[in-house]
Amino acid sequence: MSEAKDWPLDSFIDAAAGALALPIEPEWRPAIKAHLQVNWRLAQEVAAFDLPDELEPAPVFES
Amino acid sequence: MQAWRTAAEIAGAVGNGRTTALATIEATLARIQQRDGALNAFSAVTPERALARARAIDLALGQGKPTGPLAGVPFAVKNLIDVAGLTTLAGSKINRSRPPAEIDSPLITRLEAAGAVLVGALKMGEYAYDFTGENVHYGATCNPHDLAVMAGGSSSGSGAAVADGLVPLALGSDTNGSIRVPSSFCGLFGLKPTYGRLSRARSFPFVASLDHLGALARSTLDLALAYDAMQGYDACDPVCVDRPSEPTAPSLEQGINGMRVAVAGGYFKRGLSPAAQAAVGRIAAALGAVRELEIPEAGRARAAAYVITAAEAAALHLGRLRQRAVDFDPYVRDRLIAGAMLPAALVVRAQKFRRWYREQVLKLFASVDAVLAPATPFTAPRLGQQTVDLDGVELPLRPNIGIFTQPISFIGLPVVVVPVALQPLPIGVQIIVPPWREDAALRIAYRLEKDGVALAPRPPR
Repeated sequence: MSEAKDWPLDSFIDAAAGALALPIEPEWRPAIKAHLQVNWRLAQEVAAFDLPDELEPAPVFES
Repeated sequence: MQAWRTAAEIAGAVGNGRTTALATIEATLARIQQRDGALNAFSAVTPERALARARAIDLALGQGKPTGPLAGVPFAVKNLIDVAGLTTLAGSKINRSRPPAEIDSPLITRLEAAGAVLVGALKMGEYAYDFTGENVHYGATCNPHDLAVMAGGSSSGSGAAVADGLVPLALGSDTNGSIRVPSSFCGLFGLKPTYGRLSRARSFPFVASLDHLGALARSTLDLALAYDAMQGYDACDPVCVDRPSEPTAPSLEQGINGMRVAVAGGYFKRGLSPAAQAAVGRIAAALGAVRELEIPEAGRARAAAYVITAAEAAALHLGRLRQRAVDFDPYVRDRLIAGAMLPAALVVRAQKFRRWYREQVLKLFASVDAVLAPATPFTAPRLGQQTVDLDGVELPLRPNIGIFTQPISFIGLPVVVVPVALQPLPIGVQIIVPPWREDAALRIAYRLEKDGVALAPRPPR
């Protein structure tokens, strides 16, 4: 899977901010970009783990 | 000295007439006024309500009526928990524009039914997205053990108020570690119960999949008494489980003979400061815990908790990010915006992984009754600190404070943090048990406390 650094993250931020109607001031962008890179790295780490199709995500904690 | 009385001692003294609830609450209010300027723990104090409540308890006692196991015990709550008449700030500036809460959280109602007396609301990191206790709007909450270090967050006021002896008991919330981190940094006993055990109704949410409410105290018995008073189904919280109350205080004295306790290895042994290593070693030695146990994929579990947190918190705050982005704490805002940009498919993968991980961890409990792990990798950092040195590597501080708490709350396991009174600062150890076995974790904590191994140290004055 692609690393966040391999693709144009600034373009992605622009597109996502537009789609979500999120105002982003230029001075916020470096921090948002850094957080998005961390999010992406951690999300890919999870997604790389093979899971059965049948697994349901329901959080039930009966003993 | 009253400041260091436990909740059980206060209730005993009020119950047998050695003191009154009114005298207790008056002294508490005076102490808060005297000390909180230095700590910055309280966002609101409720003297009229507290004094009226104390008088009612004394009147009931005088009439021979039952007043409950927490009679006259002052307590305070993190300011994301609704208090009738107060605006539920959740550490934010934005929530100031909300109307005051009309009724109390059910946890406050239940504690007061047991005789406890609410004295105020406590500061916290903005919208609970914090492990430090620093807050751009309201300033940092200081650690009573050293006013120059962090109280820990996001239940920062809860940690500081209890550690400084302002109240013996405080409520907090824990999504990724927000009770356990301040418990560790402030040297307290902390309980994060099973997900779904305590009602979250009328509290400001953060991450619905992971949010828990719980308590911080200076003794195990106080945690047990508060937890017992707060248990019970509440249809107003959709994840609250309809399960009978299981009182834990009566079984504290039963001891821990036969309990199998292991130490978490692998992920939980990496990046530990010498203090965290020493604390886990001391608790393990006291319990004779020699077995080391690997919690599979704990690092990936922490990653999944991080992802779910970012996405669900962003979803919660999306409207505010659009309308009032400049009014957020910048550090919180920037993470929320980044969380809003996570693709849904990756977030759902994290939820699916949660199910798998839960099943693997529950299997471990077939051969062990409790697992020990550090609560934080290090003692409280200095206020304003941005990086931390772990194993010779300089890392950003904030995301690394919760690395050992996140993989546990991720699947809702109950945990009691016990404090180890190292010098110059205390640090906590997690006692992790299977779902609904808060009683087992509390019994272990109680034994450690009785043996003097776990201790909530008094700060220097």
